[in-house]
Amino acid sequence: MSRNKHYVALGSVTLATLLVLNLPSQAASRLKMGVGSLFLPLFALAGSAQQLPGKAIDAALPRSQLLKEIENLRQENQQLKVQQLQANAALQENNSLRTQVGWAQQQPWKLEASQVVLRDPANWWRTIWIDKGTRNGIRDNCPVLTSDGLVGRVSSAGTYRSQVILLGDPNCRVSARVTNPAHDIGILTASGPLDNSLLNLTYLSSSAVVKSGQQVTTSGAGGIFPAGIPIGQIADAEKKEFGLYTEARVKLSANLGALKEVWVLTNPQLP
Amino acid sequence: MNVFNSILILAAAFLAVFAEAAFSFPHRLLGAQIDLLPALMIYAALNLDIFTVSLLAVLGGLWFDSLSANPFGISILPLYAIGFPIWWKRDLLLRELPFAQVILGATASAIVPALTVLLLLTGSHEPLLGWGSLWQWIVMTAGGALATPIIFGLFDWCNHTFGYQPLVQTAFRPDREIRRDKKAK
Repeated sequence: MSRNKHYVALGSVTLATLLVLNLPSQAASRLKMGVGSLFLPLFALAGSAQQLPGKAIDAALPRSQLLKEIENLRQENQQLKVQQLQANAALQENNSLRTQVGWAQQQPWKLEASQVVLRDPANWWRTIWIDKGTRNGIRDNCPVLTSDGLVGRVSSAGTYRSQVILLGDPNCRVSARVTNPAHDIGILTASGPLDNSLLNLTYLSSSAVVKSGQQVTTSGAGGIFPAGIPIGQIADAEKKEFGLYTEARVKLSANLGALKEVWVLTNPQLP
Repeated sequence: MNVFNSILILAAAFLAVFAEAAFSFPHRLLGAQIDLLPALMIYAALNLDIFTVSLLAVLGGLWFDSLSANPFGISILPLYAIGFPIWWKRDLLLRELPFAQVILGATASAIVPALTVLLLLTGSHEPLLGWGSLWQWIVMTAGGALATPIIFGLFDWCNHTFGYQPLVQTAFRPDREIRRDKKAK
């Protein structure tokens, strides 16, 4: 036995691997979450470590600058409150018109703020882990955004944490609309493994007139992302496959490389 | 080759996987995250028993996959594909030389991600690949090559400081001691 222990070890590891790889997807997902929860005690540590530079900078800032910043934030808050009033009035008007036409009423977005705690250690995926899960109302496929624009979607929601697939990952394709007169729709896909600020907007129609600087938002098609979430703006465009379709590069509004806090849309209302 | 070494290497693998996910500055700075598991596997294969090598491949792979979008368990075989042959031929390898450690670390760090991607592609998954992946591969290889001698040094120090050291019998024997009294002088 002891002489052949390496054969036993080799057989055991191969068998264990084949067993884990051939588990049903739901069981594998649960097991993955279970094993990943071993890291839960270290999550808080990671959060603190990421906040440490920010806290150090805060401590070093002079009081006058902080007071000035508070004053600016107060003014901005006042402006936003006024805008909120206007938006509420517009929403009410919109809802009453929808009722008259017989359409379903629009619900305001329900957003859950969460911190980014971990990133995918593998270089061939673009995912992050956030510190909120199903107990906070987060479910699989909930859209994730920042104040700048769309970031991705929840791929796997656990009880206390969730995995988010970022834009640019091959498993996160988004139907996007260009805000040009024709409202051309294309599919947002990955551009390359190094640059995470530029994505490809492909399968635009051959007649699409896409120019640099035009805004790109979610189209609402696809059943995951509601329409109108800003994504970015067109950087450049070119015809592909002898003019069969147009492909554009989109500069993302959100900085995916420096995500610290994101918002999860827990009640996405789809068209 | 004691339990202390095995526990130490498994704890290091656990922390290494967590650190790779928690600290993204290598990714921001170099465009790729450096994987420390191949370097740890080299150390384990050259210094520890086959049971620890197997356990490191299984647990290290599962921990890595649990924080990644990889299919669960896909990282086990690439790690073991490095660990097992090195353990098999460990008596022929110059484990003490830093140069040999660098070469082994570079080879392991190059082979493990390549094998993982190959397995992903075989399993009809679609990882994010392109010309930039070549740069990421070079960074991972170089990072693993540099990390291996550091890991060897660190673990040797830990072993020396905290591990059990057997008492070495000296040549001194009290029954052979020549005693001289004042008269002999």
